[in-house]
Amino acid sequence: MSEVEVPLHRLAHSRAGDKGNRLNLSLIPYDPALYPLLAEQVTEARVLALFRHRGATRCTRYDLPLLSAFNFVVDEVLEGGVNGSLNLDGHGKTHSFRLLSLTVRVPRALLPRD
Amino acid sequence: MFLLGNGAGFSGDRVDAPIPVLRTLIARGLPAAMFFETLGERTVALAHLEKRRDPELGYEPMLERLLAPILAPAQAHRIPLLGNWGAANPPAAARAVARLALAQGLPGLRIGLVEGDDVTPLVAGGQLPVHEADAGLDMGAWSLIAANAYIGAEPLVEALARGAEVVVAGRTSDPALAIAPLAHHFGWRFDDWQALALGAAAGHLLECGSQVSGGVFWDPGVKDIPDPADIGFPIAEVTAEGGLVITKAENTGGLVDLRTVKEQLLYELHDPAHYVTPDVVLDITRCTLAQEGPDRVAVRGLVGHPRPETLKVTASFEGSWLGEGEVSVAGPNALARARATADVLLERLRRRGLAVRARVDLIGVASVHDSDAGALWRGYEGPEPPDIRIRLAVESARRDDADQAAREVLALLCCGTAGTGGARWRVTPRILTRSHLVLRERVPTRVTVREAREFAA
Repeated sequence: MSEVEVPLHRLAHSRAGDKGNRLNLSLIPYDPALYPLLAEQVTEARVLALFRHRGATRCTRYDLPLLSAFNFVVDEVLEGGVNGSLNLDGHGKTHSFRLLSLTVRVPRALLPRD
Repeated sequence: MFLLGNGAGFSGDRVDAPIPVLRTLIARGLPAAMFFETLGERTVALAHLEKRRDPELGYEPMLERLLAPILAPAQAHRIPLLGNWGAANPPAAARAVARLALAQGLPGLRIGLVEGDDVTPLVAGGQLPVHEADAGLDMGAWSLIAANAYIGAEPLVEALARGAEVVVAGRTSDPALAIAPLAHHFGWRFDDWQALALGAAAGHLLECGSQVSGGVFWDPGVKDIPDPADIGFPIAEVTAEGGLVITKAENTGGLVDLRTVKEQLLYELHDPAHYVTPDVVLDITRCTLAQEGPDRVAVRGLVGHPRPETLKVTASFEGSWLGEGEVSVAGPNALARARATADVLLERLRRRGLAVRARVDLIGVASVHDSDAGALWRGYEGPEPPDIRIRLAVESARRDDADQAAREVLALLCCGTAGTGGARWRVTPRILTRSHLVLRERVPTRVTVREAREFAA
């Protein structure tokens, strides 16, 4: 079966939240049939790599199959958090869309129609 | 069934949002309450600084504006209003509500005041352990502004039991504002972890206002919502049997569906098995959702665990300054001019020996996702943006150094690259927060319930 590489934004949605210098990112496929594919490809290591340039030290993924959702928790990513950061977005709220820019390989049959 | 509406999700939320929520609660004619969450970690610190300047300030600045249109109809329909509007100064907030009530001809309005969350002396005396997440923070030369404990729902229930029609609190936990009217109505005990889990989930889903009904959800062309200029704020339907349905104000925009509820359920959550509140530890690992109609989502499978012995405390400190400056470039060669400007700014700070930590953003190339070192804009290889804003941000323990660094951006109006314009600069005090833990018995709360005419006296 032919596969295509697409950004997560085509397949899933996300919201970012913070507590101190720690970020959480939900990842929710529009189609629950994509849950296993995301579980396989959107690994802790790949998500950590997205934030390595900011000094992130650890990423933990919590799987919620009953909700068809994942929760990623990334440590030491906010360069000081809402209080200490020099970043305009000290809360890190925009990072949900950095996660959604990550690409995954999907069989064409599972791709949503535009 | 009991209806719980939310009227604000943060300090700075849309001030006209509570009106359609109250209208919906009244139209449905069921027992109901509304709560307002207007206090963040930084908000409380800023409020303490306000209170220092004026002893009658330091509470939510939008309090009167939020309550003015709803106070009389809420009282007439026996719908209590609860909020952590008190911030650093709950007594002043209660007096402000009393003055508003008198001005509206409601001298008999019963106002409940909840105090006791201020634990500044305990932190100042070094008596509280630092929360593990902040163990590495070195406060050095910083000075303590204030410290507040996140208190639970019990004192709020006491205020309601004593007839309060408006409950004014300070640093309550967000879910406590939702748990309290439910516990009061259903007579929940504070060791009934299943019931409290239901309340905590309702609070968690509603505490950020429109975030469960279309706010920070809509993504044009991808996740559209009706009328984003008038998102309806959320309402929870809770039953004695443990039913929970999330819906929203009638005749408004926004939407409530599986996608909006999932995003908010996981918002600011870490371990989904342990969402800690002062009243209960919520576990959503067995939670399921079902769309039960338009803008109606049922939440099932919530599990509660015993509450922690300790309360979280947020201590805020001051002691450094943030300097910021911005200029713009646009048109041909904008990217090269912006990069050169960034490098020259950093070089100027170095040559002048200003004691600052600095960061430069190229807004339009990379900013919010970038690191302090500018890894993304330095490595950017895409097409040239038509318009770029260069932002310098510095931190310094010395106000003058922060100011002089920010003014280096201003100087670019004459010394910068060709076609540099639109300078802005400012210096503001920085606030740092640190979390501590305190045994709950060390945070005694006080509840006062009086009529508006007595509070205003």
